[in-house]
Amino acid sequence: MTGYRLPMGGRVNRQTQLAFRFDGATYAGFEGDTLASALLANGVQLFGRSFKYHRPRGLLGAGSEEPNALISVTRGPGRFTPNLRATSIDLYDGLEASSQNRWPSLKFDLGAINDRLGMFFPAGFYNKTFMWPRSFWEKLYEPAIRRMAGLGHPPTEEDPDHYAATYAHCDVLIIGAGPAGIDAALEAASGNGRVILIDEQDELGGGALSDPALWPWLDRSVKALAASPNVTVLTRTTAFGYFHDNFIGAVERLTDHLADVPHGPREKLWRIRAGEVILAQGAIERPLVFDGNDTPGVMLASAARVFALRFGVAVGRSIALMASHDSGWHDIFALAKTGVGIAAIVDVRDAVSPDLLAQAEALGIPVHLGHSVIGVRGRLGVKAISIARNGGTGVADLACDALLMAGGWTLTVHLWSHSKGTLAWRDDLGAYVPDQPNENVRCVGACAGAWSFGDGAVIDILPTPKDPTRAKAFVDFQNDVTAKDIKLAVREGFRSIEHIKRYTTNGMATDQGKTSNLNGLQIASTALNRPVADIGLTTFRPPYTPQTFGALAGHAKGPLFQPTRKTNIDSWAEENGAVFELVAQWRRARYFPKAGEDMHAAVNRECRMVRSSVGIFDASTLGKIEVVGPDAAEFLNRMYTNPWKALEPGRCRYGLLLKEDGFITDDGVSARLAADRFHLTTTTGGAARVLNMMEDYLQTEWPDLNVWLTSTTEQYAVIALQGPNARKVLEPLVEGIDLSAEAFPHMAVREGTICGIPTRLFRVSFTGELGFEINVPSAYGRALWERIMAEGARFDITPYGTEAMHVLRAEKGFIIVGQDTDGTVTPQDAGLDWAIGKKKPDFVGKRSLARPDIVAPGRKHLVGLLTEDPNVVLEEGAQIVADPNQPVPMTMIGHVTSSYWSEALGRSIAMALVVDGQNRMGQSLFIPMPGQTHVAKVSSMVFYDAEGARLNV
Amino acid sequence: MTRFSAMSLFAKALGGHQGWPEQWPDAAPKPAYDAIIVGGGGHGLGAAYYLAKKYGITKVAVLEKGWIGGGNTGRNTTIIRSNYLYDESAHLYDHAVKLWDGLSQELNYNTMYSKRGVMMLAHNVHDIQSFKRHIHANRLNGVDNEWLTPEEAKAYCPPLNISPDARYPVLGAALQRRGGTARHDTVAWGYARAAAALGVDIIQNCAVTGINRGPDGAVTGVETTRGSIACKRIGVSAAGNTSVLMQMAGLDFPLESYPLQALVSEPVKPIFPCVVMSNTVHAYMSQSDKGELVIGAGTDQYVSYSQRGALHIVEHTLAAICEIFPIFRRMRMLRTWGGIVDVTPDRSPILGKTPVQGLYVNCGWGTGGFKATPGAGDLLAYTMAKDEPHRINAPFNLDRFRNGRLIDEAAAAAVAH
Ligand SMILES: Cc1cc2nc3c(=O)[nH]c(=O)nc-3n(C[C@H](O)[C@H](O)[C@H](O)COP(=O)(O)OP(=O)(O)OC[C@H]3O[C@@H](n4cnc5c(N)ncnc54)[C@H](O)[C@@H]3O)c2cc1C
Repeated sequence: MTGYRLPMGGRVNRQTQLAFRFDGATYAGFEGDTLASALLANGVQLFGRSFKYHRPRGLLGAGSEEPNALISVTRGPGRFTPNLRATSIDLYDGLEASSQNRWPSLKFDLGAINDRLGMFFPAGFYNKTFMWPRSFWEKLYEPAIRRMAGLGHPPTEEDPDHYAATYAHCDVLIIGAGPAGIDAALEAASGNGRVILIDEQDELGGGALSDPALWPWLDRSVKALAASPNVTVLTRTTAFGYFHDNFIGAVERLTDHLADVPHGPREKLWRIRAGEVILAQGAIERPLVFDGNDTPGVMLASAARVFALRFGVAVGRSIALMASHDSGWHDIFALAKTGVGIAAIVDVRDAVSPDLLAQAEALGIPVHLGHSVIGVRGRLGVKAISIARNGGTGVADLACDALLMAGGWTLTVHLWSHSKGTLAWRDDLGAYVPDQPNENVRCVGACAGAWSFGDGAVIDILPTPKDPTRAKAFVDFQNDVTAKDIKLAVREGFRSIEHIKRYTTNGMATDQGKTSNLNGLQIASTALNRPVADIGLTTFRPPYTPQTFGALAGHAKGPLFQPTRKTNIDSWAEENGAVFELVAQWRRARYFPKAGEDMHAAVNRECRMVRSSVGIFDASTLGKIEVVGPDAAEFLNRMYTNPWKALEPGRCRYGLLLKEDGFITDDGVSARLAADRFHLTTTTGGAARVLNMMEDYLQTEWPDLNVWLTSTTEQYAVIALQGPNARKVLEPLVEGIDLSAEAFPHMAVREGTICGIPTRLFRVSFTGELGFEINVPSAYGRALWERIMAEGARFDITPYGTEAMHVLRAEKGFIIVGQDTDGTVTPQDAGLDWAIGKKKPDFVGKRSLARPDIVAPGRKHLVGLLTEDPNVVLEEGAQIVADPNQPVPMTMIGHVTSSYWSEALGRSIAMALVVDGQNRMGQSLFIPMPGQTHVAKVSSMVFYDAEGARLNV
Repeated sequence: MTRFSAMSLFAKALGGHQGWPEQWPDAAPKPAYDAIIVGGGGHGLGAAYYLAKKYGITKVAVLEKGWIGGGNTGRNTTIIRSNYLYDESAHLYDHAVKLWDGLSQELNYNTMYSKRGVMMLAHNVHDIQSFKRHIHANRLNGVDNEWLTPEEAKAYCPPLNISPDARYPVLGAALQRRGGTARHDTVAWGYARAAAALGVDIIQNCAVTGINRGPDGAVTGVETTRGSIACKRIGVSAAGNTSVLMQMAGLDFPLESYPLQALVSEPVKPIFPCVVMSNTVHAYMSQSDKGELVIGAGTDQYVSYSQRGALHIVEHTLAAICEIFPIFRRMRMLRTWGGIVDVTPDRSPILGKTPVQGLYVNCGWGTGGFKATPGAGDLLAYTMAKDEPHRINAPFNLDRFRNGRLIDEAAAAAVAH
């Protein structure tokens, strides 16, 4: 069959021919075609195979409701997209499309064996079988089911396209640009507010696009909207979801319709917050349910009209109509006027308006009232239909090559339902209509039930004299749900429409039931002998039509997925060969290998240099919070376990922060700069969490406190200078601060300048050596670092990374919150009772520390561990037992939290949380690893310089 | 009960499937029962089944305000695993996983439990430490869980991006081969059918609106939208609505309810052979038998009873999925939905007795209780039948929030330093 393009008419541009391929064959279409209309014009009726039975399928609809014609499109490496609807694919020159879910070919698909065996695969069949033998489910049955299931093939290469996202705000958002939506937009445009009008199609007009009489009006309206400065028009844009507070998600498709992929985003996510939303989504025609209603060539009457009047394509040469609604008659009349042959009008109703009959007669169309189609002949395309008088047995055959269905209309209330607006059943329309809104939203036009398509009868299944158990009358075309399946579900006791949906999968296909929900409901209603309104409706869920993952991910890809936070000094580390690690969102230099060094060698060298001369470390990632106000000390006193009120300006204190449950959540050294000003530090990963927690307490528990909190993490670069020579490196660079031990003791803070840069200089140490932490405005970080490197050259100053930092602090028994503690560790457990202000009336977590289980004996304590074999470095996370010979499951008494090779001690060291650890000093414990059990002795956590002599110099 | 099998399917097919009976009858409430379960999710239906099956208590009603399985049971991403850290949790979840094995046969209903393996990705040093800790603890507890290198992880799940240049590179993975997925609805239906066959009444569209108590404080029955029902033992298994029900008995429960979302893609041919979870990047994915990619998203930041969440949660989830599996960027999201998850302060469940005599509770499973379904049902039944908790659920008592004996798995996964 070729040549279904009508001699004239339609909105396609007949001057511009486009060549495209479908399943390897080359075809031609026009600019303005969809893939569906272009293939139809070429006489193609077979578009795909159904999901379960692999039945041959043609087009059902002409828009985004299409369940059958799912197509894969490929446009070069990485640009393969499955499951697109032929009706929504704009044609371009060179389009490369293929059918899906068939093997070896669309015309001859071996999977169609399922259709022959269909009687053994009713709804829910898989619940009832595949259970024996037990192991066969995973090995045999499931893989077989999986291979048969699925629609198109998944993409297998990385997508080279990129996606954009934006926010928009408007006073009025109109969704749907048919006549009702356009009118609403024109009205809104005359005001001063910002208006956005969106439509999923490539041009505005909706239903008017297939009504040439409206084209002059449409032209004028589109121009008027374009000329309105306050109106934004978005075509090829689908409003896919309606979220809380008039927040609408929409995706605009920017390049899929272009022959050449331009250098722009493929799709764009619009996040729109609207004052008022006007829904003008229209209505979707309902198919009729009868044996053979899925044969290629059986389609919605409204779709045939769209193909003829919008695209200039006839869906057949001899077309029949099966109607239960007047609208189909009008469609047929319109088709007849384009010159297409009309075989007959069959209407299930016994009577229709005389006006319709008169028009049919005038056009010479045979009419069969009170009849139904009871069968369709032709497997890959309609050849003839059988009709019978309702309740009768006489069957007549009618030759035709296309059959249209006009079963009435279903309002498109998806977005309305997303917004939790209620629906009411209207018997006269046979449809659910919007009732009570839940947001500032209203529906206009067909989706409000205001249409002029005429009358209709609501019918579940067309009457037939045939044995209904043998019929294949489809309700959900894509998922192959038949009327029988729905009746079976009811018979098996599934009464809620949600159960029926889930048991049969009706409405769960990629069209989300746009053409099947209401028919399913009607059939269930009859089977249950209850009115439709009592059965309810399944919940509509976003998205309205499927949306690309990439569009929802937007810009958040690769380096932009989550920005990698880098310090001002990071570039120096990179240039100097640092190996990095990720810590929360930051990347930090882990170690600085010299030529030929592995991590172990580099870390050992870095540790050695810190202990023997001086090391330099980028500590900028530490969280920093500026706490300011007359009540600042009181506030900290309530947050932290430690007392803060007596801390003098110029002094620092180690602060320990608990959650309400009494467990350690963060720590850090903080400084009092003035009576009303503190410079807090937090762990790198804890910065945001701690600030949130503090704000939460400040705003909800203690709003009376006069305190302001400001995150200053990124305002300061922090350089830690650690080692016996640290002061000597610093002295020549610092102005206005006396660095002597007497004037500037350990745990003090001074303000002054360094190399002319204002600084907050801390004398603190996380290594156990004489140490300083130099805070300067971030932008000076690297310059100062290089200046210090130059100054320190005479001491062989050594940059060290986080790994050496970890070793050095572990040698001193300093904990890392989140590594040595895990959210179940109290200060007592961690050996930090000294950090608790015993006289304080309260602090966060205090009450929890008194709970019976927290004070009971037998808790896990943080202790040191020294392996019997000093060369064994235990694995972090390894479990500890007291008795290595017990059977599995073993009683575990703890685990290794930190473990390193200590260069300073010439042996391994470890920290561990061990049940009753503080009372096990010297005891031997066991660490059973695969193939080997290690022995280690419990020890103090302070492995190096226990008296702290090296600090106070 | 008509036994389900390939034979019966074949036989019924020849009769045009006319001969299938109701899977469970649509029961109307009777005036009194020996035990009432509030909440017809998998947990509640399971409890009813085990009460009848193991403890001979068959005068049982399951009261469901909507349709059974319509809560989180029918909304979750069905990840099943038991590689939890603490002994208490490992024993609890492993009890459930052992019951999953063989559940289809026990219920004569194919629950489609598929041991596809659950792989958890490590993206930083901290993840490695934490996963190793789990693996070692699981090994000594007899629970399978093994460490994979990035290359091994990729071999197990080919769509995985293991490029070291990724924003959050995969540094390794913990794999539990026994983990997997099941079909959520069938679990509810299978239990309902099996329970009904033993005499349990499955009563839908019946919301509990009050809990009645006698002068001694013990429960005497419930008020429902379908009238009063007397009974001396009530098991509440109502997930996100538990705190509301507990208030009816005058109990303030340490629960917060949040919307948690999930989504699926359009179905495609098999591409994703297992379950992958990444806590650091926040991505959870498997592929259903139907071919949809099933993706777990996050919870909204705010507490709510509304079963829908915010868009930005979905955006973040898909960004994460596309980072880890870049080949899926052109896939399309078909459907999103939300459920209300009930979260306790230590993110572990509460399963046991309450201060009110005759009132038992099973709640707080939060984002991860589907995997526990058979175990939770079994243990709630035990606790109700014996009026004391089983050894396995004893640690999951309400009192722990008072005495501090928390079981904090999430905390144990800890935070980045
Ligand atoms: C999006 C999402 C993804 C998840 N993913 C996973 C996962 O991958 N793996 C995993 O293990 N877990 C997961 N979970 C968690 C899991 O779903 C739940 O923990 C589990 O299903 C809870 O089962 P349930 O039977 O207790 O609750 P539900 O199935 O919610 O059942 C509770 C029932 O109580 C009913 N009810 C409430 N109030 C009343 C009343 N007053 N009267 C009568 N009936 C009432 C409700 O209608 C409901 O049916 C997920 C949850 C969600 C929401």
